[in-house]
Formats: sequence, structure tokens, C-alpha cells
Amino acid sequence: MSAPAPSDLPPSGRPGDLPVLLPFALADARPAARLRPAHLWLLCGLAVIALPAWAQGGAAVLSPLEVVIKWAPLLLTGFAFNVAISLMAMAIGTAAGVGLGLAMLAEGRVLPRVAWCVTQVFRNLPWLVLLFFVMFLVPFQVTVFGVRVPLPDWLKATFGFSLPVMANVAEIVRGAVRSVPDTQWEAAESLAFSRRQTMWRIILPQCAKRMLPPWMNVYALIAMATVQASIVGVTEMLTLTAQVHAAEGGRPELFAPLYGFALLCFFLYCYPIDRFTAALERRFETR
Amino acid sequence: MIEAVQAWFQRLYETTGFNFTVFYDPYDWDRYVAGLRMTLLLALSTILASLVIGAVGALVQSGPSRLLRGLVNGFVVVFRNTPPLVQIFFFYFGLGTLLPDVRTADGLRAPILNNVQWAILSLSLFAGAFNVEIFRSGIEAVPKTTIEAAEALGYTRFKAYRHVVLPLALRVCLPALNNNLINLLKTTTLAYAIAVPETLYAVKQIWSESQNVLEMMLVLLVTYAFLVGVLVWIMHRWERALRIPGYGR
Repeated sequence: MSAPAPSDLPPSGRPGDLPVLLPFALADARPAARLRPAHLWLLCGLAVIALPAWAQGGAAVLSPLEVVIKWAPLLLTGFAFNVAISLMAMAIGTAAGVGLGLAMLAEGRVLPRVAWCVTQVFRNLPWLVLLFFVMFLVPFQVTVFGVRVPLPDWLKATFGFSLPVMANVAEIVRGAVRSVPDTQWEAAESLAFSRRQTMWRIILPQCAKRMLPPWMNVYALIAMATVQASIVGVTEMLTLTAQVHAAEGGRPELFAPLYGFALLCFFLYCYPIDRFTAALERRFETR
Repeated sequence: MIEAVQAWFQRLYETTGFNFTVFYDPYDWDRYVAGLRMTLLLALSTILASLVIGAVGALVQSGPSRLLRGLVNGFVVVFRNTPPLVQIFFFYFGLGTLLPDVRTADGLRAPILNNVQWAILSLSLFAGAFNVEIFRSGIEAVPKTTIEAAEALGYTRFKAYRHVVLPLALRVCLPALNNNLINLLKTTTLAYAIAVPETLYAVKQIWSESQNVLEMMLVLLVTYAFLVGVLVWIMHRWERALRIPGYGR
């Protein structure tokens, strides 16, 4: 038995034909998987039962669970630092991205081309490569009007993360503005709005709603990407995790619980964002 | 030809100070090419493995078993919402040290999976989780009547999935799949963190020995721009080749 060749399928559009395909929607109305509080308690219970099972080395050696609990405050401080970096990168990146997105939509020939190139470059380079770029090519201090301003590594990392955010936000802005019907522009023009007024008072307010879900997606991605800062030497959660592991004697069985704790922290932070984004998408769905 | 290129870059260094060691020093060139080869190996193997994971996961997700469905859902949710770097560390350090060692022919102890294999495994699972979602959305775009028609023709569930549903679903979800695979290619740089000698790792080694950070950064930029560009081009050609005649566009 063989598959029908694509060309055998009836062309759609004639009345009476069955649909060849239904509309494709990545974020559909029915969530694929939903965690309920019960699942979480189940996980915690599993951890409580499973983790002490390793503790067979006598009273002097802490069990993996005890190690995690002992160092949790420090690790959570590191996690808070990750969140802070992601928030700052998102703020800088959004401000720059809106500007870049508007530049791509500008009239004229040179500006949109240049903005498009910048967007493509920063969108298509790996985030880690961009981070290396900023970390190695930006000096550790700059002199502005004779005043030395030190640039600590976390600030440079924040800047490094805001570059891909900028490019992604620019694409979101461009897509959202393009999705507004042309008639809106024409109506604004007939009411004697200037181009700038039309953009800021008519088009962008309508876009804000459409831009919110993808913007939040970008935020979840950047929050998860901040751990990459540990590779270039910024002290954040993963760096602290490695240090805690060393401080506890470098026992190999501690790796899984410690990195598992990091996974759990990010999961508890990003999963609600993901669900909220999906809920917003369903709510703003315009048919 | 090669000598001329080497001489040109050597002269560029002597006259302007731009030190592109990779283009005149055979040792650096070999390291760079080895890194490029490793990146290609990582990218190709993870793309193929993640496609398989996505297809199987989507099949199971539309299947009758509640337990399997729940497991796949849990896998997707966890891998989508945790940082890939932490996943790699968890697999390589956490699980890698818990697994028993094997003895090599020389009597040395060696882990069952080395860092390259762990990187391939964890990156495939990461991208596979996204692919499950993408394929599932594609499968939902196939009308029930088509599946019923296949059943009426005597297809089994698996055969109908393989010959009717998947080919149609693949065509609808290709744009989303493109994005994810390009993202996967970019994510392969994370293997750097567990010392997999891929392009970023090789380039970093070269610049720390030759003190030519700026030049190697440019080489790195062009390399990844080229790799992503090639992948985008291939996927677009594939998309055009698989286009359903008479549907959309």
C-alpha cells in the first residue's frame, strides 16, 4: 500500500470539496499539557523519598537533599540575580528593539535596509557567540569626559543578552505593524494625521495586544538563556551551583540533585509564564 | 592557490596587524576545520534525532494510552521550560557520573557516554520537545475525514500515520519546524560548556593562543552566519519542494 502522491489530492476551493487541511495554529486552544498542584506535590514527595536514599555514608556526610536545603538560600540569591539580569536585558532590548523595528518600517531606502541587516545578524547568531562578542570586545572600563566608568562583567553580560532581544523584538514589532490593515493607515491619513502621529497614536496601540504574547515568549527564552553568563565568568546560579558542589567535597552523586534544583527553579519560574502566554494568546485570538 | 592565500594573509598581518592565523597557520586551520566538522556533526545528528523524537512523541500523544500521553506531555513541558545549558549539565555531570564506567581496551576507566554523545543526547531531547508540539499542531490540522478515508482503505493506525497523516502534517508545520531547527543549530554552541571541541571552542582556543580576539570573532561571526544561511536555504528549498499543489500560498 502506498501513499497517495500529493498531486492526486483534490485542489481546494471548489464548493463541495472536503478541506485538504485545517488551519495550522501552533498555540491552539487546548493546552497540550497542564500541571496541576497535585503533580507538584507528587514531585516533591518523590524527591523527599528518593533523595535521602543516597545518604548511606554515615552521619558526617550530608544527604543530597540536606545539601540542597543547606545551600538553597545562596542558590536562590543566584537565581534572583539571573532574574534581575533577564529583566534588565529585556528592558534595554525592548527599547532598542522597538526603535529598530520602526526603523525597518521607515520610509526611505537606506534606513530600512540597514535596520533589516542588523536585525538579521543579531537574530541569526547564536546567543552564546553574541555574549562572547560583548564580553571580549567591550572594554572593562570606559572614560567619559575624563570620568572612568567601570563596566562590571554582569553589566556587559546584560548588554550581551539585550542584543538578541533587540533583534527579536524588532521582528515582533515589524510583524505586528504589518498585520494592521492598510485601511487604518488610509483612514488616519484622511483625518489629517501625520505619519508619526498615525504610528504612535493609531497603529502601535492596536499592535500592543498582538505583540504581548510573542514578547513574553522572548522573555521566557532570555530568562532561560541567562545561565549562559556562567560560561563567560559571571557569578550567577550555575556558577554558584558548581562552587557549592566543590564546597561539599565534590562528591559525584551531588551533581544530579544540585543541577536538578537549578532545573526546578527555572521550571517554576518559566512554566507559569508559558501558561500565561498561552492563555493570553487564546484570549487575544482574532478570527 | 593555497600558498597564495596564505601569503596574502601573512602579508596582511605584517602590513596592517590583522592577524587571521587560521588562514596561514596550518595548525590553526586544522583546529578550525575540526571544530567546524564537530559543529556539523552535532547539528546533523541532533536535527535527525530531534525529528524522530518529535514524530514518535506526536504519534504517542495522539495515541490511546493515557499513561504514555502523560509521560510525553511531562517530557515536553519540562524540556521546554528549563534552560538547555542546565539540561546539558544535568545530563553530563549529574547522570553521567551516576552511570557505571566501562573499561577500555587499555584497562582505563571510561564513561559509557563521552561528552560529545551527552551533548547530542541532551540537545536532541531539548529540540525534540519542541518538535513534538510542532508535529502535534500539524497533525491536528489534518482533517478527521482524511484519516477516516485512510481507514476505509484498510490502512492500519500506524500505516495511516506514516503514509497519510505525517506527510500532510509535515507540510503544514514546516515553517515552525524551520524556526526550531535553526534555533537548534544555534543551540549547539552550548556544547562548548562541556568541552565539546566545536567551532566556538576551537576558535576560543585559537584566540587565546594567538591573541587575535577581534579577528577570530569576525571569523566566528561569518562562520555562523554562513551555517545558518545554508540551513535556511536548504529548508526553504525543501519547503518549496514539498508544497501541496492547490493548497494555500
